[in-house]
Amino acid sequence: MSTPTDFLLWVRGPGFDIALVIFILGAIIRLMEVLVLGRKPDYADPRNGELGPGVRTLFTRTLPEPGSFKRSPFTVVGGYVWHVGFLLSLLFFVPHIELFHGILGLRWPGLPSNLVDAAAAVTIVTLIAVLISRLNHPVKRYLSGPEDYLTWLVTFLPMLTGYLAYHRMINPYPLVLGIHILSVELLMVVFPFTKLMHAFTFIIARWYNGAMAGRRGVQS
Amino acid sequence: MQKLQDIAVRVEATDGLPLNHANATPIMHEILHALRKLVAQGEPTTIDLQAIPFGPGDEDDLLDLLGSGEIIVELNSLGSSIIRESAYSGVWIVDHRNADDQRIALHIEIAQVPMIIQSQSEDMADALHRLEDQLNLNRTEIAGPRPE
Amino acid sequence: MADELKRFTQTLGESLRERGVSRRGFLKFCTATASMMALPPSMVPAVAAALEQARRPSVIWLSFQECTGCTESLTRSHSPTVESLIFDHISLDYHHTLQAAAGEAAEAAREAAMQENEGKYLVVVDGSIPLANPGFSTIAGVSNLQMLEETVAGAAAVIAVGTCAAFGGLPHAKPNPTGAVAVSDIVHNKPVVNVSGCPPIPTVITGVLAHFLTFGALPELDALGRPMVFFGQSIHDRCYRRPFYDKGLFAESFDDEGARKGWCLYRLGCKGPMTYNACATTKWNQGTSWPVESGHGCLGCSEPNFWDTGGFYNALSIPESDITRSVGVLAAAGVAVGAAAGVLHRSKRANAAAKHEKVTIDDLDKTS
Repeated sequence: MSTPTDFLLWVRGPGFDIALVIFILGAIIRLMEVLVLGRKPDYADPRNGELGPGVRTLFTRTLPEPGSFKRSPFTVVGGYVWHVGFLLSLLFFVPHIELFHGILGLRWPGLPSNLVDAAAAVTIVTLIAVLISRLNHPVKRYLSGPEDYLTWLVTFLPMLTGYLAYHRMINPYPLVLGIHILSVELLMVVFPFTKLMHAFTFIIARWYNGAMAGRRGVQS
Repeated sequence: MQKLQDIAVRVEATDGLPLNHANATPIMHEILHALRKLVAQGEPTTIDLQAIPFGPGDEDDLLDLLGSGEIIVELNSLGSSIIRESAYSGVWIVDHRNADDQRIALHIEIAQVPMIIQSQSEDMADALHRLEDQLNLNRTEIAGPRPE
Repeated sequence: MADELKRFTQTLGESLRERGVSRRGFLKFCTATASMMALPPSMVPAVAAALEQARRPSVIWLSFQECTGCTESLTRSHSPTVESLIFDHISLDYHHTLQAAAGEAAEAAREAAMQENEGKYLVVVDGSIPLANPGFSTIAGVSNLQMLEETVAGAAAVIAVGTCAAFGGLPHAKPNPTGAVAVSDIVHNKPVVNVSGCPPIPTVITGVLAHFLTFGALPELDALGRPMVFFGQSIHDRCYRRPFYDKGLFAESFDDEGARKGWCLYRLGCKGPMTYNACATTKWNQGTSWPVESGHGCLGCSEPNFWDTGGFYNALSIPESDITRSVGVLAAAGVAVGAAAGVLHRSKRANAAAKHEKVTIDDLDKTS
């Protein structure tokens, strides 16, 4: 007998296993490739250390560069808003914290669920807004390819289905929860093969820029 | 030997913390709306308390808030039921119990008089027959059998 | 013989009046019955009108691969007046746990009831039906499958009581050694009502019977064949601890501070969000309490496959398999493969650099 509960049990069981394997193996392999490939040797004498400036840039790059902000405030602000909302929904909703605890053995305090719900609503609206902007702005549209739209979709679906599940907008509940988990598994499977890897590589990129500046003795 | 049903159920509370979960207040608001409707339009309402998700202590809280009025009616049929007016005129608490004194229904009835207290037409028709028979019988005893 | 006939043709109204119950008493009975069927109080007059005319249905109760918990749940109701009246008014012609008769006489009684009430009797089933080998569960040498098919042939409707009959239940859990299936997997041409729960709340069972008695029809059913009136709402949506879930206040372990304050039990494995039943409002033991109120998370016992839903004490959001061990292994494997791939890339790069042909100004002059 195939019921919504059977569907939920599959996505929580074999489905999640497959997605997790692809996600972890894929992400780590790609990161290792970058790290092992290494940097081009620089034979000039370093003027200053690398570590301090590298770490500094890791944090200072969190703020937008003034020029970019002046030229396209909507893109910058929109990006920030939905990233923050996405991370709040993912990391500070208590049922998700339970999930991380089950996988990694780590736990941290969560936020009230209705706050997370508000953040999720803002995120969903903002994601739609940035997509519309991408489609309407001539330069952005010109630069956008299939991968950009695919990554938007696999990021948007978990937010949308999560919202639907929390508010129980599709009945019965095992069905909508299963759909939400399936959408997350889709994100996990697509992740290592696309620009979504920036979620991990941004650390390397920021550090590298700061390290190079420090090595040359300039402000990082 | 102590039987299962003899073991009293006791709701424990940690010291200083309230027992109730404030679910009585929304019901009080519902009663307020119903009483308004009764006063304005004469329309009665009944609320079935067994359909409400009360936490431990909420039901007692609600009954305490409603308090007691001037009338208590005891109905003896298929077990005893207590129907009493609360401290708020027009708001009645109808507590039906079976022959083993277990609650089988608990309603808040907002009406001038709860439906169950009123004499039913079938019972009155039946009573009329019985009363007529009773009086015919008396006449027969006094005056002797009637000539046919 | 005339008395026997009267037993079957007498309406509920007549039978109550015969016992000296007044109209007012009858109304009290209807009020309690409506409450038990989770109908609004405004429907009491309709219930009264229907019960007045209700005739006495014959009920045949078949117990298959079960633990008898469902029958226990029903009979441990301390015989409240309403339920005993309902049961007095139905003719429970066969129940091999409750009846005094046994053996061939009992089977003969069942067959007689089926013949006399052809097309009109109710079949109540508890327990699952094993298909792997019919011999796993038999009554008087007759397999459950055969008895079910025979008995259901002339029935008006079938009520599958308990999660075993409704969805397969405990015997159906992995690896299902007896090949247990639900009633609805076998009965396709008769209306089947699933009254699930392990066990179901007693008033839910009698509520469904009362509905049949009152309205002569089965109540409205959800997608899994359960009466909407009792199974239409999830535990999560009717739970009195819901405000704590919304505020993000959860108990971390049994009997900790949060647990004593009555906070949400999501982290302790409560399956309330995915479970549909009446426990949060109707409660158990005449409204005494229910699992969440007693401090234990909902098991999801009225849902299919609840035994395989990943552990009673694991939160709903935790995946099923033992992932924690695998994460370390996966990460290590990733590091190894990634390092190997990186080394491969380095050697490719070195090769490309070595093979790179340097262009001199003479080469350029030649081409111009």
